[in-house]
Amino acid sequence: MVRIPILQMGPVLLVTIQLDMQDQMALALQDDLANKIADTGAKGVLIDISALEIVDSFVGRMLASISGISRILDATTVVVGMQPAVAITLVELGLSLEGVRTALNVERGMELLAQARKENSLAR
Amino acid sequence: MPVEDTTGSVPLRSEEDIVASRQKVRVLTQQLRFSLVDQTKMITAASELSRNTLVHGHGGEMRWELVEDGVRRGLRLHFEDTGPGIADVKLALTDGWTSGTGMGLGLPGSKRLVHEFDLHSTPGQGTRVSITRWK
Repeated sequence: MVRIPILQMGPVLLVTIQLDMQDQMALALQDDLANKIADTGAKGVLIDISALEIVDSFVGRMLASISGISRILDATTVVVGMQPAVAITLVELGLSLEGVRTALNVERGMELLAQARKENSLAR
Repeated sequence: MPVEDTTGSVPLRSEEDIVASRQKVRVLTQQLRFSLVDQTKMITAASELSRNTLVHGHGGEMRWELVEDGVRRGLRLHFEDTGPGIADVKLALTDGWTSGTGMGLGLPGSKRLVHEFDLHSTPGQGTRVSITRWK
């Protein structure tokens, strides 16, 4: 099975989903990210889904799980680049991705993660 | 000029087949010149129902047909399995009700993404879900 690569850039893990994933691939990504956060102590995860032409309830659930898992592991997840047609379809499907932070593009996503790190260090 | 097929089928026996069914529906909706949002809705519905056929119906197939109604053209998809069937169809169409580990959005959610939705299920014999989206 093909695995989605996870890149590390300083305190942030970067994932770009560029292919139509099989369900097992999505589950593997969830596990790989959890392990990678624990191994590296990453404080942020940025998932770029701009190349995804659809997000169904399975992938939606995977994104929500990753957000939840990373939060417990003290990292913030932001999902970026969702295509407008995908957003429209997701809402109609009944999936609002509650608890998942989103940003329009990679740049704004990185800003959001930097902001979260700042707030986190101030809170300590 | 090549003659377009107006009907066909895709097996739904493995997870790879769910990907293949999405790709087939993409090609068909593009052929029908659906808008991008309409393509996305139909492909998403097909993805949900293909997974249902595989997971709950223990495998089956997706049959597709290009349909016409006067000047309207559309795509109709039938998801058929010979699995355990659905005991309570009304309950299965309720948002958030799930028989397993999912979120319970597959059936009610797909219904919202299409123009016509038809579900036939006989416990012990199988399930057929038919959806249509017009251009």
